[in-house]
Amino acid sequence: MSESLTRAVRWDTVVGALLIVLLLLSFGFVDGFGNALNLSFLIGNTLPIALIALPMTLLVVCGEIDLSVASTAGLSGAVLGKLWNEGMAIETIIPLCLLLGVVCGVVNGLLVTRLGLPSLAVTIGTLAAYRGLAQIVLGSDAVTDFPSRYLDFASGRLGGTFLPQAFLPFLVLLAIAVLVLHATPFGRRLFAVGASEEAARFAGIRVKRTKLLLFVATGFMSSLTGVFWVLHYASARYDNATGLELSVVAAVLLGGIDFDGGRGTLGGAIAGVFLLGALQNVMSLLNVSAQSQIVVTGVLLVVSVLGPRVARQISVARVARRAASTPTS
Amino acid sequence: MTHPPDTGPAPVLALRGVSKSFGAVRALRDVSLELLPGEVHALAGENGAGKSTLIKTLAGVHRPDTGQVLLDGESVVFHGPGDARDAGIAVIYQEPTLFPDLSIAENIFMGRQPRRALRRIDHKATRAATAALMKRLGVDLDPDRPARGLSIADQQIVEIAKALSFDARVLIMDEPTAALTGSEVARLFGVVRTLGEQGAAVLFISHRLEEIFRICHRVTTLRDGARIACEPLDGMTEDDLVRRMVGRELAELYPKQEVEPGQVALRVRRLTREGVFTDVSFEVRRGEIVGLAGLVGAGRTEVARAVFGVDRWDAGEVEVDGRRLTGGAPSTAMAAGLALVPEDRRAQGLVMDMSIERNIGLTGLRTTVRAGLVDRGAERSRSLDWAVRLRVKYARIADAVGTLSGGNQQKVVLAKWLATGPRVIIVDEPTRGIDVGTKAEVHRLLSQLAAEGVAVLMISSDLPEILGMADRVLVMHEGRITAEIPRSEATEETVMAAATGRAAA
Repeated sequence: MSESLTRAVRWDTVVGALLIVLLLLSFGFVDGFGNALNLSFLIGNTLPIALIALPMTLLVVCGEIDLSVASTAGLSGAVLGKLWNEGMAIETIIPLCLLLGVVCGVVNGLLVTRLGLPSLAVTIGTLAAYRGLAQIVLGSDAVTDFPSRYLDFASGRLGGTFLPQAFLPFLVLLAIAVLVLHATPFGRRLFAVGASEEAARFAGIRVKRTKLLLFVATGFMSSLTGVFWVLHYASARYDNATGLELSVVAAVLLGGIDFDGGRGTLGGAIAGVFLLGALQNVMSLLNVSAQSQIVVTGVLLVVSVLGPRVARQISVARVARRAASTPTS
Repeated sequence: MTHPPDTGPAPVLALRGVSKSFGAVRALRDVSLELLPGEVHALAGENGAGKSTLIKTLAGVHRPDTGQVLLDGESVVFHGPGDARDAGIAVIYQEPTLFPDLSIAENIFMGRQPRRALRRIDHKATRAATAALMKRLGVDLDPDRPARGLSIADQQIVEIAKALSFDARVLIMDEPTAALTGSEVARLFGVVRTLGEQGAAVLFISHRLEEIFRICHRVTTLRDGARIACEPLDGMTEDDLVRRMVGRELAELYPKQEVEPGQVALRVRRLTREGVFTDVSFEVRRGEIVGLAGLVGAGRTEVARAVFGVDRWDAGEVEVDGRRLTGGAPSTAMAAGLALVPEDRRAQGLVMDMSIERNIGLTGLRTTVRAGLVDRGAERSRSLDWAVRLRVKYARIADAVGTLSGGNQQKVVLAKWLATGPRVIIVDEPTRGIDVGTKAEVHRLLSQLAAEGVAVLMISSDLPEILGMADRVLVMHEGRITAEIPRSEATEETVMAAATGRAAA
């Protein structure tokens, strides 16, 4: 196991342990946390964050970021509502929405790779643009009368358990993402690109193509999440999922994915997602106001950037002490 | 070996019986060193011999476990680099760290500028003091110029001036010439001689032996943390010094084998990148080592980058084994059998945070795959195999490559590329900044590769290396190839003449 990985694993472990501690405390001391209905709410509400966190993790590992994810989800949802109102078959609409997500990702990816613009700036721009488009498409309408077959799937539970039905497809996607990042040549290249783009280029890695692909994957997953959101909450509005990008980025960074790229594990990122999800759930049960919850998310974002760094500095100091015992001239 | 008796002036700074250990490793063992006023004293030794530890002990970074640091014969204890600086000891590093937005004068007097009334900075006095320092060094640098845009050579001069402004009597120069061109080295040496004449003691570290012989009076040689010898350089040969450093008879530094050249493996025709290089044509045959010489900035590295596809070219063509490459795509160049060991191993050759294993593995991700996933066993054995073949010294193959010494890092870059089984390998400054033992190993490796039928294009600013290793020498000047010189006719004079544009093309 590589040096960088062992370091990241340590932070993973911290986040995983925090998640377990939080769950144990909540089961023990928070009224209403442990019942099946609440747990299914918790997971159902966290799934949108988790779905987008999968490609976002890969994107941040290779040194980029996409802040337009929530707007892409919102735009897809708005188009879904609009086309449904127009009487189109939902089996046709959903693929179109996913295609729209791909287009959104392509736009982000081309702006970043072809024009060499920083992804932070580009996707803040498209965050506003995609959301604006959503409002143009749907106005202030709310579309709710979707076919119950679909609504049932998106909000139903797996026979008798607290797990939402959508959890199974998520597990499949998670498994795919873990394999891609940690076991394929593509994933290996992502870490190289994130750690040193120049060295990656000199090693024959197609950096731009790699990044473009990830922006497209992120766009696709965002629109999938947008569709899920509409069906799960049975409501298509232009402002669906507003602010979700904050939760996704906070969760991914909290999970130990280095904002500068090149470091982190998907396991950590998903632990971060559910830690954040559980925290939001517990705060709601304890009647913490929505505004205060946003404050907590913001503080977590800062802590999550700081935490892994402090952890790494400690281990770097340890490595330095070890290196000092094998000095070079 | 007996210590030469001190008959001349008393040493300014000395180490007596200094030992220093880090954990189980003894970095310095009972080392003594004396720096006399006015002398330029060389510190020689391979990577890992203890030079860094010795310098850091003199500079107050490390405190000796046993033994003493003597300043003017008095035992002193430095509690930090500040103490050493106040005692008149200055260290000039390879890559200076100046504030780019401040002027030269402001950099030198940072935080201690002369003041006028009301604690206002006296710019005029700062400038004048800087000009005086430059005059003392015999260098023409405008005190008002911002540090940004200064060459590394000029930045070093500023650091030296800064050291003088602290009344430094001892100057420690840690590989100051590694990034300098020939004329810059000459100017630096002029400054060093001037300092010596003014009574300063200079401790000079360089991997370039000819520089040691050019500028230094005495040399202290370290090996495995112990002092091997301290002796005058007069009457010594480079071979003597190398023997002291490596502790054995060094196999030849340039072990060039005679190889009958085969078919053309790399053909570059009329390659042009506008404003960078023009109409560059050459061939490298199987079994050949072709040297590409020229001054820094002549366009050699740029040609290599374009051939490999890191940069695009505007016109011309490149063929590897008769296959034309599409420009701008390193992956297709790799697939055609081309490898490039780049100039800057830290930024371009390696991902410093990644393990040795994965750095070598990075070029083999197409082959160490099973069912679409990385075959970790295959990756590890491929990396281990090449690390062992190139005799990389490491603790664990999973350690970050950044923890290795420069020479071993360079071996990892070579391993990474040799593992691809290249037909053509371009090496850009393959031995810059690495010690003489590793240098000889790299040369033996290149020679071996050629003997196995690989075509080698070697870019180097180290003329003896070019003359010692190349079958043919191509020389670039201002973006064009100005000469092609066969091994039999290649001398420092013919190559330098073409490199500076004095020869007819």
